Amino acid sequence: MPNVTFLVATLLLATVAFVIGRRRAVEVGGPRRRDLHSLPSYYGLYVALWCGIPALAVGALWMMFEPGIVDSLVLDALPAGMVPADPHQVSFLQTAIRRLANAAVIPSDADPALIAAAAHYNSLQQTASLALAAVLLAVGIVGLVWARSHISPAMRARNRVEKLIMIALFVCSCLSVLTTIAIVLSLIFESIRFFQAVPITDFLFGLEWSPQTAMRADQVGSSGAFGAVPLFLGTALITAISIVVAVPIGLFVAIYLADYASPRARAVVKPLLEILAGIPTVVFGFFAALTVAPFLRGLGGSIGLDVASESALAAGVVMGIMIVPFVSSLSDDVMNAVPQSLRDGSAALGATKSETIRQVVVPAALPGIVGGVLLAVSRAIGETMIVVMAAGLAANLTVNPLEAVTTVTVQIATLLVGDQEFDSPKTLAAFALGLLLFCVTLVLNLVALHVVRKYREKYD
Amino acid sequence: MAAIETLVPPAKVAAAGAGSPVTVEARDVNVYYGEKQALKQVDLDVRRHEVTALIGPSGCGKSTFLRCINRMNDVIEGCRVTGRISLDGEDIYDSDLDVVALRARVGMVFQKPNPFPKSVYDNVAYGPRIHGMAANRGELDEIVANSLERAGLLKEVRDRLNDPGTGLSGGQQQRLCIARAIAVNPEVILMDEPCSALDPIATARIEELIDEIRANYTIVIVTHSMQQAARVSQRTAFFHLGELVEAGDTPEIFTSPRDRRTHGYITGRFG
Ligand SMILES: Nc1ncnc2c1ncn2[C@@H]1O[C@H](COP(=O)(O)OP(=O)(O)OP(=O)(O)O)[C@@H](O)[C@H]1O
Ligand SMILES: [Mg+2]
Repeated sequence: MPNVTFLVATLLLATVAFVIGRRRAVEVGGPRRRDLHSLPSYYGLYVALWCGIPALAVGALWMMFEPGIVDSLVLDALPAGMVPADPHQVSFLQTAIRRLANAAVIPSDADPALIAAAAHYNSLQQTASLALAAVLLAVGIVGLVWARSHISPAMRARNRVEKLIMIALFVCSCLSVLTTIAIVLSLIFESIRFFQAVPITDFLFGLEWSPQTAMRADQVGSSGAFGAVPLFLGTALITAISIVVAVPIGLFVAIYLADYASPRARAVVKPLLEILAGIPTVVFGFFAALTVAPFLRGLGGSIGLDVASESALAAGVVMGIMIVPFVSSLSDDVMNAVPQSLRDGSAALGATKSETIRQVVVPAALPGIVGGVLLAVSRAIGETMIVVMAAGLAANLTVNPLEAVTTVTVQIATLLVGDQEFDSPKTLAAFALGLLLFCVTLVLNLVALHVVRKYREKYD
Repeated sequence: MAAIETLVPPAKVAAAGAGSPVTVEARDVNVYYGEKQALKQVDLDVRRHEVTALIGPSGCGKSTFLRCINRMNDVIEGCRVTGRISLDGEDIYDSDLDVVALRARVGMVFQKPNPFPKSVYDNVAYGPRIHGMAANRGELDEIVANSLERAGLLKEVRDRLNDPGTGLSGGQQQRLCIARAIAVNPEVILMDEPCSALDPIATARIEELIDEIRANYTIVIVTHSMQQAARVSQRTAFFHLGELVEAGDTPEIFTSPRDRRTHGYITGRFG
């Protein structure tokens, strides 16, 4: 891992810078350390930051651009005629070269031109690594020397370090915000392309979803229908079922843990719940498909109900069980945070334990509980695996929990599975669905935030 | 300092009558927290319509004794109470006794004001609702208004009944807690250092209040302020290291204590 090596090297360099800066500070501070504005280690830290941060930044930029440059250099060096015109084929070729370059034993049947390219690739990589090392060292040393030359007793190293740290933190948070913005923008642009092919009203209000566009124009169903309503209805139905299951169970578990369980019971139940949260969703999925769905079908049959073998109910119930830990764990935390003095006050008025919980603890903890439930809701909305396995792929427009339905995320997954061209309405529909889903969860979060804040203002 | 004038003069024992009947009678009460004994053979009578002050150095068991009277010790893990405590002649540690009903008869006000995160109205209505004391909204309104009035808070919160109780000032919150306790119409009200988190003016209001409501309730108050004990109580009990050293009429305890330790404590030589 050359990247790790560079990281460690940079950190080592920064450590050296720290020592140098510190020593310099002691030097300029003279025998009476008191003249120094800050503790010597702050001067060390100042120099270390000036050495390490620019080096890290340069390194990060380098890593971002290096592969592209190396790849294009390798392609340029290939014999004319070997580079295909199709970009897909090009990336295929590049993968082949890279594989050869990293191979321990070069297969005997490999194309000599490719072997040469791989060797070229390796030598370029080596050069690049050396160049990076040189650049990092140069940047680090320049930073070091520059910062060291600034050290004087009057320099407020402590305050400057504080400022540097603040800037570093700010940059980190900017990065995450920028990433989010970039994702949203890409969603929007791809969606716009989709809406050029399919009118937005058809998408938003269409009641039929069958995205199978035809390969050839004369095939049946060549048009494809992109009405998102059945998908969102299916999502809402399954989410609602899972919430109906998860909120009461989760809340009761939390109440038991917070107010009734002995410390010993708590020590057993809490970790068990966390294990439940750690089960992969695929496992829940086949549990739903192989156990719960047939059981529900049998149960429905015995009372004369016709339950589809893939039903929203099965998926919803299992999903509900899956998100119980989200509800219970967060609710338990906030209920534990309700001061004992409120419980005592209620008990002293002659309230029983359950009255106290219902009327004092739960209301006081409500903002946190709502938060936990919303987290669970967004988990449920985003969940794909269970639905694929237990609720099917049929985009039925129904609110009957006994029928098969499908959800937004499942459709996004199926739209993009396999080899796809990235400019047909079928694949672009995934972006439109993603965008709409994003809007829905955003609104949900905003509403929740508003509710929670209003409640806070009232009672804190 | 207008508030100082509202301070009640040192209470006179004669006002209550030395012979008023005993409401709470504690005999040979021992309390253990695990292995540790927090109260040793305490015998104490609390008389009806009087204020009994419990004083003593920190950690001597005042709160522990107070919590015995409404069995709030029950919820503390490892806490064991032996001996006999009776309320109007009825043993409150009897296994048949309904603790919930007992706590409706013995209200409690805590050291730190602890209003529920609900509206002022709902805070006071909490107890009556739980015990089904009001048949309809009108009756409940009346109970709430009455309790707030008795706690001397009605005037200040009349148009804030729907605001959160936690938004009141500390002194108002403590009076709200007193109103909340009064609302279930208890016989006895226990107060554990009710003024320790309050400024002198709010303290004076509460002391005044205690003196007013004592005509209808029996009050046991824990306090660290000798002056407060002298001002509000008719009888005083001095605890030391888990023992009840002496109990008697307040003026007597403060002017001519029988025990050396009491004398030392009230003159500030230890504590
Ligand atoms: N929940 C508890 N668990 C264990 N020991 C306790 C508990 N509560 C009180 N104690 C102990 O019992 C003794 C009496 O405590 P208590 O709270 O009754 O004192 P206090 O007189 O009210 O003191 P203060 O004036 O500081 O409030 C103390 O030694 C204390 O450490
Ligand atoms: Mg105490």
